[in-house]
Amino acid sequence: MSEVKKIATRASYGNALVELGKKHEDVIVLDADLAAATQTGVFKKEFPERHIDCGIAECNMVGIGAGLATTGKVPFVSTFAMFAAGRAFEQVRNSVGYPKLNVKIGATHGGISVGEDGATHQCCEDFALMRSIPGMVVACPSDDIEAKALVEAAYEHKGPVYMRFGRLAVPVINDRPDYKFELGKGIVLREGKDLTIVANGLCVAPALEAAEKLAADGIDAKVINIHTIKPLDEDLIVAAAKETGKVVTVEEHSIIGGLGGAVCECLSEKAPVPVKRIGINDVFGESGPAAALLEKYGLDAEGIYKQIKAFA
Amino acid sequence: MNMEKLELQKIANEVRKGIVTAVHAAKAGHPGGSLSAADLFTYLYFEEMNIDPKDPQKPDRDRFVLSKGHTAPGLYSALANRGYFPVEDLKTLRHLGSYLQGHPDMKHIPGVDMSSGSLGQGISAAVGMALSAKLSNDSYRVYTLLGDGEIEEGQVWEAAMFAGHRKLDNLVVIVDNNGLQIDGPIEEVCSPYPIDKKFEAFNFHVINVADGNDMDQLKAAFDEARATKGMPTAIVMKTVKGKGVSFMENSVGWHGKAPNDEQYAQAMEDLEKAGEALCQK
Repeated sequence: MSEVKKIATRASYGNALVELGKKHEDVIVLDADLAAATQTGVFKKEFPERHIDCGIAECNMVGIGAGLATTGKVPFVSTFAMFAAGRAFEQVRNSVGYPKLNVKIGATHGGISVGEDGATHQCCEDFALMRSIPGMVVACPSDDIEAKALVEAAYEHKGPVYMRFGRLAVPVINDRPDYKFELGKGIVLREGKDLTIVANGLCVAPALEAAEKLAADGIDAKVINIHTIKPLDEDLIVAAAKETGKVVTVEEHSIIGGLGGAVCECLSEKAPVPVKRIGINDVFGESGPAAALLEKYGLDAEGIYKQIKAFA
Repeated sequence: MNMEKLELQKIANEVRKGIVTAVHAAKAGHPGGSLSAADLFTYLYFEEMNIDPKDPQKPDRDRFVLSKGHTAPGLYSALANRGYFPVEDLKTLRHLGSYLQGHPDMKHIPGVDMSSGSLGQGISAAVGMALSAKLSNDSYRVYTLLGDGEIEEGQVWEAAMFAGHRKLDNLVVIVDNNGLQIDGPIEEVCSPYPIDKKFEAFNFHVINVADGNDMDQLKAAFDEARATKGMPTAIVMKTVKGKGVSFMENSVGWHGKAPNDEQYAQAMEDLEKAGEALCQK
């Protein structure tokens, strides 16, 4: 078996920005002294005059993005998820969300897979925060291919978009000819009749693995990649819930307010079925290698498998 | 007195009438800081800025961001008197269903270049606009008005640092130094003084205006700002909070309170008299 190609979606973000910059003059990339980490540095190399380093001042950076957007530029505001969704929440809400300005937020280093930096930098609340802002599109891609497609789609979408990318290199899982990305449309990756696993981000690959393990136990799981948390593909999720009778959500985010929260809100109104939310269980993370953390917090294939087995 | 100045003074008086009328009709709002900046709003929209009320979105227009967004009645009154929308509509301020929201809303109000109201945020948007002009070699200028209490917000200094660093000489930051914030005099609450030296330290060209309610002094300051190259300008203008309405002047209590019917009549009488006096000149 050949080695699986692994790329961090933050690298995909940087590379996608370069491609976007080549095609569109109005793309401006902002960063807050993290260009090497967010990977906007590759854009800076290609288009130095269109890369604006705002220094360590995320709230101001979001406001500058808003100002640029009022003049027709398409700013990609880039920093860690903790600072984009957390520190600058109110700027995103009032200066971007309320006037519905065409600002794209590229938030890297989301979730506990940030690793060694520990809890202060492991943002597991960003989906919840960003999802609560009217008109905000919130998405988290599962691999390099999806991340690039997301950046392209975010540019084409008129209005604010929050994109969460990861620090950890993750396997490329979407390299197939029929792969198609559309904001707000989930992708069925595996058919099954016993339950539905809804996942996003770096949890999609282990969720697929978990489904194979469940199959060996005689549990036939459907797997859906919900890369866009808002707007949620309610039709697809409701249909799957009705079809399989049980739903499991898997995300690198607090079980409060993220994908699990969104799915529960939808299903409790439209198709009440038992739901198991797998994610960060209302705790802060800690320092450690990313893979070890994902294992400890039950987000590797084995952990996901065990939790679903107990629920199924 | 030259006619131009007299004309601007008359307009400023009309803007003040619009402010008290709007806040009275709303039964809420912020008259004090709207009145202190009424001359500034008038000067910007009737003299300084390249704008067209018939084409509020024209791409090469100068921009204004009301960072101290709670003084929306002042901005709205200036916009209405300039012809962006009917003066009569000022009476719908803050009413349910009105486009005249309690704080500036760029989505629904002609002439408003940026939604604002959460203090400290407007200046960043103004900086973004000024940056955009520099990136595209556009010639428009960007103005933003901050309260002297507002500059207690840390984001103001993030924005100032960036503007100074990028030498945004198409940006003018105006501080309405009326000396009062909600909880009391600014030097008692959490003093932002010295304001001029702070902006100097952030690489701004600073102009102190002794009387920001005087059109000649405003003109001198904005002419100097326009002639300043290689750095942004900060205009720190001393003003009187509640200016023009006798019982509101220099009174903390009138920061965010609407006059009752009796007080409204008194305020309008003050302004009618001031208007008549200007007509005698």
